[in-house]
Order: sequence, then C-alpha cells, then structure tokens
Amino acid sequence: MSDPELHWLLYGGAIGLIVIGAAGIVMGKHLFRIILALAIAEAGANLMLVVAGLRPDAVAPIITGGMIPEQMVDPVPQAMVLTAIVIGVGIQALVLSLAIRVYKAYGTLDMREIRLKMAADIDAEAGVDDEVSQEGPAGERPLELPDAVTSGGPGQ
Amino acid sequence: MRNLTSLLFAAGLAFFLLVIAARFDLGAAPMLVGDAILQEAPAETGAANIVTSVVLGYRGIDTLGEIAILFTASLAAGLVLGRRRPEASRDADSGAVLQISAQLLFPLLLVVGFYIILHGHLTPGGGFQGGVILAAAFFVPLLARPGTSVNHTGLSLVEGLAGAGFILIGLLALFQGKAFLQPLLDKGTLGMLVSAGTLPLLYLAVGLKVGAELAGLLANLADSEVDP
Repeated sequence: MSDPELHWLLYGGAIGLIVIGAAGIVMGKHLFRIILALAIAEAGANLMLVVAGLRPDAVAPIITGGMIPEQMVDPVPQAMVLTAIVIGVGIQALVLSLAIRVYKAYGTLDMREIRLKMAADIDAEAGVDDEVSQEGPAGERPLELPDAVTSGGPGQ
Repeated sequence: MRNLTSLLFAAGLAFFLLVIAARFDLGAAPMLVGDAILQEAPAETGAANIVTSVVLGYRGIDTLGEIAILFTASLAAGLVLGRRRPEASRDADSGAVLQISAQLLFPLLLVVGFYIILHGHLTPGGGFQGGVILAAAFFVPLLARPGTSVNHTGLSLVEGLAGAGFILIGLLALFQGKAFLQPLLDKGTLGMLVSAGTLPLLYLAVGLKVGAELAGLLANLADSEVDP
C-alpha cells in the first residue's frame, strides 16, 4: 500500500472514530452509552494526533544501537498524546462516578426517564402542581374581565 | 428533528476534520521543534527514550499540571461518590479460581509495573503506564474479593509523598540556580539503567502517585453503593 493511501486510511479511521463518538454523545439515549461514546471520541482524537507525526519509514524516537535521529518520528505529538490519555482517564472516572450518583438518585440511566424525573423534582421543589401544563391556558378564557385580574389574581 | 440536527452536526464535524486533515503535510519530516528535540535531547537529558525527555525534561511543568488534573479528578470522584454506609450490601466473593489467580497475579503485576516505571527513560513506557499497572495489581484482588477493606490512609500517604517528591526535585533545581524541574545530577552513559540524572526519580514519583491515585479511585468506584 502506498504512503498517501495508508495516511488517508489512518486519518479516515481517526476522523470516523471522532464523528461516531460525537454523534453518540449528542444522539445517545442512555447515559452509559454516552460515556462510551465519549471514550470513542477521545480514542479518535488521540489517534489523529499520533498519525499527525507518522512517517511510514521512520522508527520510534528511542535511541538504540545504530538509530540516528533523522530516521525517527516527531516525539512531540507522542508526548502530547501521553498527556491526553491520562487526562482522558481522569475525565472518564469522574463521569462514571457522576453516572453512579444519577443511578442512585433516579434508579435508571435512560436519559428520557431521567429528564422526566428531574423535571418532576424541580416542579415539586418549586411547588408547581405537575398535573398543570405550563404552556396551555389555565382554564376557560373569561368573556369579561373578572375582579381577580384587576386585584392581582392567579392569572397575573 | 433532534436526530436530524444531530446528524447535521456530525456531518459538519466530519467535513471540518477532513478539511484540516487535507491541509496537513502528510508524512513530512518532523517540524522545527520536533527536529530540534530529536537532535539535542540525547545530549541534553541523557535519556535514550526521547518521549521521556519531552515529557519530563522539556515539558516538566506540563507533567506537574497533568498530575494535578488527575489528582483533582480522583478527588472530585471521591467527593461525588461519598462514603459507604457500613450496613450496605456487598457483592459476594468470587470462586476459588479467580481468588487464587488474583493472588498469583499480584506479585507479577507489581514487578512488571516497577520494571516499566524504572525503565521509562530507556524503553517505551514510564511512570504513567507503569503506575496504571501498579493500580491494577492492587485492584485485581479487590475485584476477586469485593469485601476486602482498602487501606485508603496508606494510599493517600504514598500519593502525597510521591507528589511532594516530584515538586521537591523541581525545587532542588531552582535552589541550584537552574530552572524549575530542570534535570539535575550526572547524565551517565546513554542507555544504562542509572543515567539521565533525575528523570528516573521523577518518573518513579509519577508512577507511585498515579498508581496510588488510580488504585484509590478504582476502589472508590467499586465500593460505591449502587442500590437506589
């Protein structure tokens, strides 16, 4: 396989991983799958950084017998990726512990159920009756202004 | 509608990344910084692994920040998970095969972890990679027997001392009139175990800190109560 083809294959793979991860994060319906999508996107970003320093004919930047620096790949992207991997692990651990808390609080990791339960919790805290729709009219439209409007009733 | 906008976003991201990739000079020789580091690093730091010279020698303060980020993440995770109630139910111990295998793996993982940490300036590997293996050495027995109590005080002590050691080596360079975290001591012969001055000591500190931190973090995650 020629060099440009290999490069485009690797770049395509890295970009594909990033896009799959990003799509999974925005379209995910389950919290754990969203975390996995985050890990996939991270892997893609790391792969892209490593491929940016790749030369097919070069060796790893480690001096062993007879290897001269001209034959080595750029060490800076590799050091960057080392940092990125470690920080990624920290982020994943933090996200997982937050997910554990969510599961403890609501008993589910399904985003739709979590949203409904959170909205119900917020309504309960604010003292809003969750049977009442917040967008629709509160009742029949009065034909003439009742006294309650002028004296600051519930319609205000 | 939401799925449509999500797909549009993903397609836009793919296009954006492809445009960036198309502008790269594919397979080019190292850039100015990388080239200069490749030429100078063996003589300046004495480490055969040039990635190690970059991580600890040229970007030592970045590595300190990286350790701080990992520390903050594990601190926040511990804070979020909270302390376990003593009466909360635990998973049952695993079978005899897993328990004995975990005990057999423990010394093996410990040796491999320290080997990778101490050879970080010679071969692929280093403090972060070896530290993760050390954490695994302590976590595998915990997975086999979830009831085992974890010595969090000891872990915190190792972690704190290792972090303090890293900063102390940096400050020593400062007191000798050099830059913070600049490598000290004799560079030795390139490729020998005792070479590259303070870089192996720094990696040892990083490895112990990462290992203790991840072991505590994993123990916290495994120990959290999941019954809602």
